[in-house]
Amino acid sequence: MAVKKISKVQPEKFEFSKKNKETADSIIKNYPSGKQQSAVMALLYLAQKQNDNWIPLSAMKYIAKYLDMPYIKVYEVATFYSMYNLTPVGKYFFQVCTTTPCMLRGAYNLVDVCKRKISEKENCLSEDGKTSWLEVECLGACVNAPMLQLNEDYYEDLDPTKLEQIIDKISNDEVPQPGSYRGRLSSEPENTRKTLIGNKNA
Amino acid sequence: MLEDKDRIFQNLYNDFGADLSSAKQRGDWKDTKEICGKGREWIINEIKTSELRGRGGAGFPTGLKWSFAPKEVGSRPHYLVINADESEPGTCKDRDILRFEPHKLIEGCLIASYAVNAHKCYIYIRGEYFNEGQKLQTAIDEAYKDGLLGKNSAGIDWELDIYIHYGAGAYICGEETALLESIEGKKGQPRLKPPFPALIGLYGCPTIINNVETISVVPTILRRGGKWFSSLGRPKNTGSKIYCISGNVNNPCNVEEEMGIPLKELIEKHAGGVIGGWDNLKAVIPGGSSMPLLPKETCETIKMDFDACVENKTGLGTAGIVVINKDQDIIKCMARIARFYKHESCGQCTPCREGSGWMWRMLERMAKGEATRDEVDMLLDVTKQIEGHTICAFGEGSSWPVQGLIRNFKDEIIERNKFDPIVKKQKDIPYLVDQHLLEKENA
Repeated sequence: MAVKKISKVQPEKFEFSKKNKETADSIIKNYPSGKQQSAVMALLYLAQKQNDNWIPLSAMKYIAKYLDMPYIKVYEVATFYSMYNLTPVGKYFFQVCTTTPCMLRGAYNLVDVCKRKISEKENCLSEDGKTSWLEVECLGACVNAPMLQLNEDYYEDLDPTKLEQIIDKISNDEVPQPGSYRGRLSSEPENTRKTLIGNKNA
Repeated sequence: MLEDKDRIFQNLYNDFGADLSSAKQRGDWKDTKEICGKGREWIINEIKTSELRGRGGAGFPTGLKWSFAPKEVGSRPHYLVINADESEPGTCKDRDILRFEPHKLIEGCLIASYAVNAHKCYIYIRGEYFNEGQKLQTAIDEAYKDGLLGKNSAGIDWELDIYIHYGAGAYICGEETALLESIEGKKGQPRLKPPFPALIGLYGCPTIINNVETISVVPTILRRGGKWFSSLGRPKNTGSKIYCISGNVNNPCNVEEEMGIPLKELIEKHAGGVIGGWDNLKAVIPGGSSMPLLPKETCETIKMDFDACVENKTGLGTAGIVVINKDQDIIKCMARIARFYKHESCGQCTPCREGSGWMWRMLERMAKGEATRDEVDMLLDVTKQIEGHTICAFGEGSSWPVQGLIRNFKDEIIERNKFDPIVKKQKDIPYLVDQHLLEKENA
């Protein structure tokens, strides 16, 4: 099990923006009436997005009231799932996959770059306060290893030099192109495709 | 080798685009009305004839699963739930279906919902696949606009609504009952079975849960006939399957191939061979990280299907093939997998919660050569204490890879960790963990 820390600095109040309220209400309608608790995961995502990519305790209390469920149940969900950040993270949040398939292809070299260029420790903000990084478990893009997730996008087929370039761009507030960094468009074998030949470049 | 015309996922590499019009050109949504017009019995029987087995890892016969749903809808509505919480290390097939072949999945959802009497379908996508989820949502919106979903879906007089539910980074939610808990807005901790979800599932209602790949091949099977599907592969292991080949190969890739293709052919032909040549191969994990690894000798001959893998003391699982060559430290690789399971255990059952951490720490020490000779047996014993003593199959999933390591590379571990424990001199005071090991010796 993973240990999660709650931020010591907590904002007093939290409320959904008008737009997020509308989104939340439409999500609740996806579930049968009386089962609004099902929407808690989606609402936590909304809160996280609205609050600079992390969820304060006040947001959990707010969501508990919003969905008419006990606060502790929201707290349980927020602490159980690893994608909810309960402490502030960088505006640009690097999540490096280091599980075995990525590790075999050199994921720990990427971790070294993050340590050198972002911060020595995981989950600590960089000097300019914009980025932070974290080692995560399998992100499900194993044939494009090594890879990382930057906010919502996947950056695949990386090597240390390319990651350095990405981090440099980020520190100038440019968002680099997501996807493969060896020019692959999907999970096809590079240059040696043996199947679906007739479809190629259709 | 499977011929190109027999490949179900023609757009696996996104040569055409994922939108509705190009999906229709590839044959999706063709005659959906006629297929459903043949009735529920016919659909389920055709799937039974095809001998399709679930593609999510356990390999349960799909037709049989569908037939468990109550024939008549009682007071409780039926649900169809699609498991797109793909997080088994080494597996990335569902991601390509979600982003490149979403209409195969949606059409499959409609047919399956019709067959099991469900009016609502939830697709549970792992939270990290945000972009893939957006692409699927676009496809769902297209289908609604075209009248393929909604009140009178595809003209078959059947109401179906499909909703996407995002997970949030918990591997255990790939377990079907944990997934249901998660949709209900709770922690993803598996339920005791029975009752099985087919009778008491989501919100206590009958629920059928299938993997993305399983549902996506259904329309093609019904169009071309169950006989065609069962003509591929061998009995009980029929059809085609997307294999994901990752790790130390020259060209890691996803490829759709016939069931029972030799592992060597997959690696050599499709993935461009092992880095450093075939002789540089150390071991292969054949079905995602939960399955025991195979030594090189077995890799020469093994055929990749459910039963052949079981005969070789492993499993096909999700067909996520991880190739490990001799440049890697095999103990370290397995220690990393053990760390994955330690991180992802949901904490509900004590053997798994504590044992996964024990295995990880012992393997870390073994990788560094800091463990004692006796600890290898102790580690094997820990895995046996976890296996079969937990609510869900996570216990097996976390202990099998360690058992596979010890079965095939015990000499190598002992070679590195060959000193005797300090406590051995006072062996009449055994410490807690290996107490019963000593008892076995006495017995």
